[in-house]
Amino acid sequence: MTSPGVHDHGLDPELPILTTTVERVVQWARQSAIWPAQFGLACCAIEMMAMAASRYDIARFGAEVFRGSPRQSDLMIVAGRLSRKMAPAMRRVYDQMPDPKWVISMGACASVGGVFDNYAIVQGVDQVVPVDVYVPGCPPRPESLIYGIVQLQQKISRSRA
Amino acid sequence: MAELRTETMTVNMGPQHPSTHGVLRLVLELDGEIVHSANPTIGYLHTGIEKTAEQKTWQQVIPLVERMDYLGAQSNSLAYALCVERMLGLEMPTRVQDIRVLIAELQRLSSHLIWLGTHAMEVGAVSMLFYAIRERELLLNINELMAGFRFFPSYIRVGGLREDLPRGFHDAVNAFLTRFPAKLDEYEGLLTKNDIYRRRTEGVGIVSHDDALAWGLLGPIARAAGSDYDVRKYFPYLTYPSYDFNVPTATEGDVYARYRVRIQEMRESVKICMQAIKRITPTGAFACDDRRVVPPPKDKVYTEMEALIQHFLIYSQGFTVPAGDAYVPIEGPRGEHGVYVVSDGSNRPWRVKMRAPSLLAIQALSTVIQGGLIADVVAVIGSNDVVMGDCDR
Amino acid sequence: MDALVIIDTLRALVADVAYEPGTSVDATTIYVPADGLVATCLALRDTESLRFTVLVEVTAADYLPRDPRFEVVYHLLSIPHRLRLRLKVRAGASDAVPTVQGVWPAAGWLEREVWDMFGVVFDGHPDLRRLLMPEDWEGHPQRKDYPVQIRKTVQTYEPLQVTQEEFRANLERDRTRRTTH
Repeated sequence: MTSPGVHDHGLDPELPILTTTVERVVQWARQSAIWPAQFGLACCAIEMMAMAASRYDIARFGAEVFRGSPRQSDLMIVAGRLSRKMAPAMRRVYDQMPDPKWVISMGACASVGGVFDNYAIVQGVDQVVPVDVYVPGCPPRPESLIYGIVQLQQKISRSRA
Repeated sequence: MAELRTETMTVNMGPQHPSTHGVLRLVLELDGEIVHSANPTIGYLHTGIEKTAEQKTWQQVIPLVERMDYLGAQSNSLAYALCVERMLGLEMPTRVQDIRVLIAELQRLSSHLIWLGTHAMEVGAVSMLFYAIRERELLLNINELMAGFRFFPSYIRVGGLREDLPRGFHDAVNAFLTRFPAKLDEYEGLLTKNDIYRRRTEGVGIVSHDDALAWGLLGPIARAAGSDYDVRKYFPYLTYPSYDFNVPTATEGDVYARYRVRIQEMRESVKICMQAIKRITPTGAFACDDRRVVPPPKDKVYTEMEALIQHFLIYSQGFTVPAGDAYVPIEGPRGEHGVYVVSDGSNRPWRVKMRAPSLLAIQALSTVIQGGLIADVVAVIGSNDVVMGDCDR
Repeated sequence: MDALVIIDTLRALVADVAYEPGTSVDATTIYVPADGLVATCLALRDTESLRFTVLVEVTAADYLPRDPRFEVVYHLLSIPHRLRLRLKVRAGASDAVPTVQGVWPAAGWLEREVWDMFGVVFDGHPDLRRLLMPEDWEGHPQRKDYPVQIRKTVQTYEPLQVTQEEFRANLERDRTRRTTH
């Protein structure tokens, strides 16, 4: 048996049991298998496709498939510039995703409107959906986006289930 | 006995859809699987680039214009730079023109690779996307070597190029060109004689020659229908007359013909690139001599007063373009790509309008897919190579 | 081909239209008054020596302090003769320009875009509504007196397309229909 005072998470040297909390396991499962919904709007979508391809393989990080339907995904990577005409459609796609869901705002246009400060572009998608991670760049390199996803994974592991 | 009630079903292929190449909305009226009518709605990516460009100086418009047709980014900036240089009356040195030809052809390869990957993936050959992006990564590496940025290098400027070619450029391009034709054979081996691919694409989405011209569809769509119109041959620009290349055509006008035309275009582009890279010296002129437009070299700026003043004027207020208008077309990956620029004599454009081949392709879409199956809709949109950034601007 | 040569050819085919040659750095430019536009375009498309079968672009430019304010620009291409031509039609803020969709079907959406962005009305166009902006947008964005940046809250919900009563009636109708056969 463990002696009192030894930490209560971890490997018990005598019995083959690993103890932890349910919350940690659930959050670990959620962060390791985030499946994004296909929401590529513009140029950043091409970099997102490049990230999903073989050189910067995102499947290593758990994002195995980009689901076509938002009802089967947990992450929405808003890749590209959001125009005012598209905003209601985007909100609808976000509402169709089941909880728990996260949003990564990829690129300068999605984060703050980017180079386009004009009548047609929403200056930041956080006016429409709540954003968890902002990834800057125009477009961000696939490595930047992978860093953003890793940051999201760490954010999930820190948060309550 | 109850009688069969038949009515058409309205299905919305919404703005968010895996196969619509961006944000295109199609409202389809279906009778079972047959498409009775299709009503496309665009504008979901309208960015107001043309209005924003009126607020920037002439050189500052280049990054904006590159983001319009984001797959063939440097063909946008090439068209714009050629148009403004025509209005200014600038002549580029031969080396600059050869480098621009090389960049234009590499950009055509890059755009056609994404077309091939996404079109084949939507028709069913998913692994094609991975192969195509693998080759495209090498091209993006060349972009990065040249200008520091993978996607929108802003390397082509009004007045020439931004700076000279880096060391190692020739090796990188030669390595790519030696490797690529074998890969192209690999792609053809996967698709060209593939029974499934042929049955999905032969006889589908036929656009006849007269229809293509009436709808304004130039480029690979018209060439697959029998036309031999190519801006590089009909209205030559840069140093294209001195290169030896053919313009591939086909006669059937269906999706399979467009596929064959584009694959052959990729081979011709490789031929042009090989000729171009032999002519380009590793160092040399990278811009024209006009002092109003091209900033002087940095060492002169630090030592000569005149160069300092020139540098300051160029970067603070920019150069002015004489009043008037011009339209210069180039052969982009999607067809005739042109910019119509109006100047009022100041240092900002008065109007910049990009001709959008994708807009016309989507306009013609409703006629082309009528009577076809819903599975053909995906194949036809893919073969028309529409880019919504180009369509909506 | 010089503008004057084309104008001479056109004068023989189309009656009573006052053409003016324009000056431009690159292409032949001809100013056409709005009422002679369709006849001119038909002549340009069908005459053997001209054969401008491709409409490359329809666009407009807003020269605000000047009256007439707009200039609608048509770029044409003749493949057999390797010619390019630019037609310009001057239009004021409330003038209408006849549509050339009957001559080249490509003009349909291009004219819709000019209407959307500039507010130039095209007479006879079968479907003149917004193309790039949302359907209920007010204003014509590329006019010179329209601001580049606007501050407006984002519309995140689409407006309802049926009223409450219609929705209930639809439900009722579907429920009874399903049980009758």
